[in-house]
Amino acid sequence: MVNVAGPADKIEPSFLEVSTNKYKGILSWLLTVDHKRIGILYLFSMMTFFSVAVVFGFLIRLELIAPGRTIMGPQMYNQLFTLHGIIMIFLFIIPGLPAVFGNFFLPIMIGAKDVIFPRINLFSWYLFITGGLIAVISTMLPGGSADTGWTFYVPYSVRTTTNVIPALAAAFILGFSSILTGLNFVTTVHRMRAPGMTWFKMPLFVWGLYATAWVQILATPIIGITLALVIVERFLGVGIFDPALGGDPVLYQHLFWIYSHPAVYIMIIPAMGIVSEIIPVFARRTIFGYRFIAFSSLAIALFGSLVWAHHMFTAGMSDTAQFVFSFLTYAVSIPSAIKIFNWVSTMYKGSIQLDPPFLYVLSFIFQFSIGGFTGLMLGALSVNIHLQDTSFVVAHFHYVMFGGTGFGIFAAMHYWFPKMFGRMYNKKVATWAWAITTIGYNALYFPMFIMGYLGMPRRYYDYLPEFQPYHVASTIGSWILILGLIIMFTNLIVGMRRGKKAPANPWGGATLEWTTQSPPILENFHTIPTIEKGPYDYSQFEIPAAKEAQ
Amino acid sequence: MSDHHSQENVHVVDYGKYIFVWLSLLAFTGITVSVSGINLGNWTVVIALVIASVKSWYVLNYFMHLRHEDIVFKIFISVALITLAIFVSLTFLDYSFVR
Repeated sequence: MVNVAGPADKIEPSFLEVSTNKYKGILSWLLTVDHKRIGILYLFSMMTFFSVAVVFGFLIRLELIAPGRTIMGPQMYNQLFTLHGIIMIFLFIIPGLPAVFGNFFLPIMIGAKDVIFPRINLFSWYLFITGGLIAVISTMLPGGSADTGWTFYVPYSVRTTTNVIPALAAAFILGFSSILTGLNFVTTVHRMRAPGMTWFKMPLFVWGLYATAWVQILATPIIGITLALVIVERFLGVGIFDPALGGDPVLYQHLFWIYSHPAVYIMIIPAMGIVSEIIPVFARRTIFGYRFIAFSSLAIALFGSLVWAHHMFTAGMSDTAQFVFSFLTYAVSIPSAIKIFNWVSTMYKGSIQLDPPFLYVLSFIFQFSIGGFTGLMLGALSVNIHLQDTSFVVAHFHYVMFGGTGFGIFAAMHYWFPKMFGRMYNKKVATWAWAITTIGYNALYFPMFIMGYLGMPRRYYDYLPEFQPYHVASTIGSWILILGLIIMFTNLIVGMRRGKKAPANPWGGATLEWTTQSPPILENFHTIPTIEKGPYDYSQFEIPAAKEAQ
Repeated sequence: MSDHHSQENVHVVDYGKYIFVWLSLLAFTGITVSVSGINLGNWTVVIALVIASVKSWYVLNYFMHLRHEDIVFKIFISVALITLAIFVSLTFLDYSFVR
C-alpha cells in the first residue's frame, strides 16, 4: 500500500491540534464532529465509568472476604452489585470497542475521511453521557439506587421501592446511543469504502464491527420497549409482567434476554476483530482463513441472537423450548471455535514478537476459551439445573466479558495507543502490568468456578463457612488485579503525556491506519487511497524487532 | 437520498387510496379487538400477529412510501422484520408447549 499520509519526513498538525469547529480548548472537543475526537471522548468517559465500577467490584469482594457483615449491610451490597453490573455492562463493555476504537479506526481502516453521519455520531455520545448521568443521579435520589441486579427481573423490579425507573430510563437512553452508532457503522461500511476496498479486502476488525452493528440495530429496540413496559407497569399498574396482576414474568425474561444475550456478542465480536488484527501483525504472518473468520463473525451474530433462553432453563420454560435453545447454544460454539483455531493456526510457525498487545491477546484466547467451554457446560440442560444461579455462572460470564472483551479492550489500547496519541508507553511496565492483571484476574475469578460448583449461590450477601477459603482467594485476586490495572493505566497516562514520539507504523502493521501519520491528520488522508492488496500482506515490510536489533 | 427521491421518483398517491388504507387499518383494529375475546388457544397469538403484520405492511408501504423506494431499503427493512419474526416465533415456541 502506498503512503497516503503525505511526505514521510514532514509531520503535519494532527487531529489533536486541528479542530472541526472554530472553538478552542474544551469546546472544540464537546462540539467536534471528528470521528477520532469522538472516539477519544468515549474513551475517557468510558474509562471514568469503568474505574467507578471497579471500585464497586472491589468493595463487593471485600465484603465477601468473611461470612456475615464485614464492611456494609445487605441493602448496600445489593445496590452495589446492581450498580457494578449496570455500569460495567451498559456504560463500559457494550460501548467499549465499537464506540471508542470503532469510531476512531473504522473510517481510517476503510480509507474514509469520517463516518457517514458525523453529527449523529456526536449526538450518540451525548445520549451516552445523558444515560450515564441519569444512572449516577439515580443513586443520589431519595429511595436509594436500584437493588434489582442489572437484569431488572420482574416482579421484584416492579415492587421494590428503590429508584428503578431512573435506572431503567438510563438503560433506555443508552440503548439509543448504541442503535445510532450501529446505524452509522452499517451505512459507513456500505457507502464509504475507498476505491478497491472490496468486502474481502476489509480488515477483520471492520467485519467484526459490521456484524456487531447489525445486532445493535436489530436487538437493542427490544430491550428499549421491554424496559419501557416495566416503567408503564410501575406507573400505571398494568399487568404485563407481574403475575399478581395477571402478567407473565417469564415473558419479561424472554424479552430481556432477546436483547441481552446478543449484547454479549455486541461485546465479544469486535474484541475478536481486535484479536484478528493483532495476531497477524505480531506473528508476521497473513491471517489463516480470512473468509472463515469474516463469515464466522456474521454467523456468531446470527446464531448468538437465537440462544437467549439458555438464561431461563430453570425459569419454567417448556421442555421443547429448552431442547431447542440448548441445541442452538451448542451451535454458536462452532463459529467461535473456527476463530480460535484460525488464530492458533496463524501463530503456528510465525515469527512471534511478544509485545504488550500480543500478550493481552494471548490472555484473551486463554480466558475466552475457559469462558466458552464453561458456557457449553451451562448450555447442557442437566448440568444447568445444578449450576444455575451459582457463582459458577458469575465466573463464566466474567471469563467471557472481562477475560475476553475486557482484555481485548486492553490489547486494543496498547496496540493503537501510538497511533491515537502519537507517543509510546513504556513497554516493560506494560508487560509487567499484563502479567499482574492476568494473574490477579485468574486468582479472582477461578475460585468462583469451584465454589459455584460446590453450591455457592450468586448475589448472596452471606455464606456458609466452608466457602470462605475460596472467597479469601478471590478477594486477594481482586487486590492483585487492581494493582495491575493501576500500573497499566498509570503507564498509559504517563506515556500519553511524556512518552517517546511514536513513528507512523511502530508494529509493522499492513492495514490502512498505519499508513497515516501518528496521530493522524484531521481528514485522515490527503487523498483517498486506492486499495490493491489485502490487509495482512507483509511481503513488503521489514520486521520491526529485527530492525531494532541491528 | 431524499433529494434523489424527490427529484427522480416523484410519485403522487391519490387521497382515495390513503382513505382506503386508513379505513382498512381501522377495520383490522376492530377485528383484533373482537378476536381477543375469543379463546383460540395457540392461534390467538398467531392471528393477532398476522393482523398486526398486515397493518404494518400497509403503513410501511403507503404512509411511509416504502413502495416507491429503492430495493436496498426494502431489503434492509425485510431483514429487520424477518429477524423480529424469528424472535417472536422462538419465544412463542416456548409458550405453545408449556403446561
